[in-house]
Amino acid sequence: MIRPIQDLGWAVIRFVSDLGALAIFTLQVLRATIVPPWRVRLFVDELHKLGVLSLVIICVCGLAVGMVLGLQGYNTLVRFGAAESLGAVVGLSLVRELGPVLTALLATGRAGSATAAEIGTMVATEQLDGLRMMSVDPIDLVVTPKALAMIVVMPLLSALFIVCGLAGGYLVGVGLMGLDGGNYLASLQSAVDFHDDILGSLLKAVIFGVLVGLIATYRGYHAAPTSAGVSAATTSTVVVGSVSILIFDYFVTALWGV
Amino acid sequence: MTSVSATDAPHVELSHVCMAFGERAVLRDLSCRFPRDRISVILGGSGSGKSTLLRTIGGLVRPQSGAVLVDGEDVTRLSESGLYRVRMKLGMMFQHGALLDSLTVFDNLAFPLREHTRLGKAAIADAVHQCLEAVGLQNVDGLLPGQLSGGMVKRVALARAIVREPVILLCDEPFSGLDPISARRIEALLVDINRNRGVTLIVVSHSIPSTMRMADHVVVMLPDGPVEGSPAELEASTDPRIIAFLSDGEDPSIAAPDDLPGTTATARSVS
Repeated sequence: MIRPIQDLGWAVIRFVSDLGALAIFTLQVLRATIVPPWRVRLFVDELHKLGVLSLVIICVCGLAVGMVLGLQGYNTLVRFGAAESLGAVVGLSLVRELGPVLTALLATGRAGSATAAEIGTMVATEQLDGLRMMSVDPIDLVVTPKALAMIVVMPLLSALFIVCGLAGGYLVGVGLMGLDGGNYLASLQSAVDFHDDILGSLLKAVIFGVLVGLIATYRGYHAAPTSAGVSAATTSTVVVGSVSILIFDYFVTALWGV
Repeated sequence: MTSVSATDAPHVELSHVCMAFGERAVLRDLSCRFPRDRISVILGGSGSGKSTLLRTIGGLVRPQSGAVLVDGEDVTRLSESGLYRVRMKLGMMFQHGALLDSLTVFDNLAFPLREHTRLGKAAIADAVHQCLEAVGLQNVDGLLPGQLSGGMVKRVALARAIVREPVILLCDEPFSGLDPISARRIEALLVDINRNRGVTLIVVSHSIPSTMRMADHVVVMLPDGPVEGSPAELEASTDPRIIAFLSDGEDPSIAAPDDLPGTTATARSVS
């Protein structure tokens, strides 16, 4: 009878102390972002690793999602005689929700897990301790360039995903279903508002970038120094990152009306 | 070998240090001293806390209680930035190298110089090649750590530890995994670093012969506390545990890791 209560108590203590450690970690990253030395070269390298190497998966997934949206949207709209609104449906779905959310989930799976595994491996092989003994702060050298790159890369990848999705919707609606291309673009242009939709979408992507960047680096940095520890850090990055994205998506949507 | 007297000024001093990982105590009320400009070797059975002791000196782990004075500063009370300041005086060779696996051998050695000095490219290249030559490595500049053998990784790790000319050099198992020729070369290099550059060396080792040849001061980690003395004093010891340790390399009184009581108490002189 007492055991489950004890377990629950320990779980709560672990959660709260984890949250506290994440807050301190965030402050350390913030400090390393503001205070020199700035690792510009490493930051650019990370932009390449997290961003450029994710281009293919983002483009392919964006195109596929846009094509599915185009097909489903057309089949539904045509029943109500509103097929010319396909551009608006595909555009709003992608810009408001699917673009930033799916991009963040894909980035968590590809770049977030890789980041956690890389830092976790450095912990397990004492590379971070080696840096400390050389009077180099691993937060400054290893963590901050990766976390910042994730924040910068996320809105760019999200924008690319949306563009590819719109192209996919266009291909299906105009190319396959015979809709007028001008109608598709006109309905898209009239429905999507720059301030409310585009900027809101970018805001979501930045918030997701912060979440994924911090969760991935934090999990890797605090990985147990064993192969199982690295594996657990990678898994928990994907799980905690994905769940956090979906929860934050609701709150950002509800609070900012994005 | 130079004899060490009780009055030799300690460069590193541990006082009543307690360190535990979870339930398991590794260092219990440990006190010992490492004299300035001398070679100290820490011996002990597996799991006796030798590496933890070295990491405590480097400030990589903080003990639950006690003081660790490194060049007069208590590293247990320093902030992270204070620790980085003290570590500028330290070099550490890790047991498994801890080389940055995304950098080449050359960049691994050049890294601390680029971080902390204003040396130009040519001066850095000179310093790197001197250190590589000292550990007997040539033509390895462009190789990644993953392309090196275990022994080569150790030698690169030692070269990286000395490239910034530390005043205290910590070495964790520098001879393990090396062929006899490489081990003798590393041993000679360590002695040379100490004698000619005045670097205080603290070496964790399992190699009794090399310890007896190179050490000025030996700390043997036993379950009921460390025993300190010169190699000659250890060899003349009548303590059965020391005799057993020196003949077998293991202290028979050290229990299996699961029920290790940890190393305790103030270092005693050899009896």
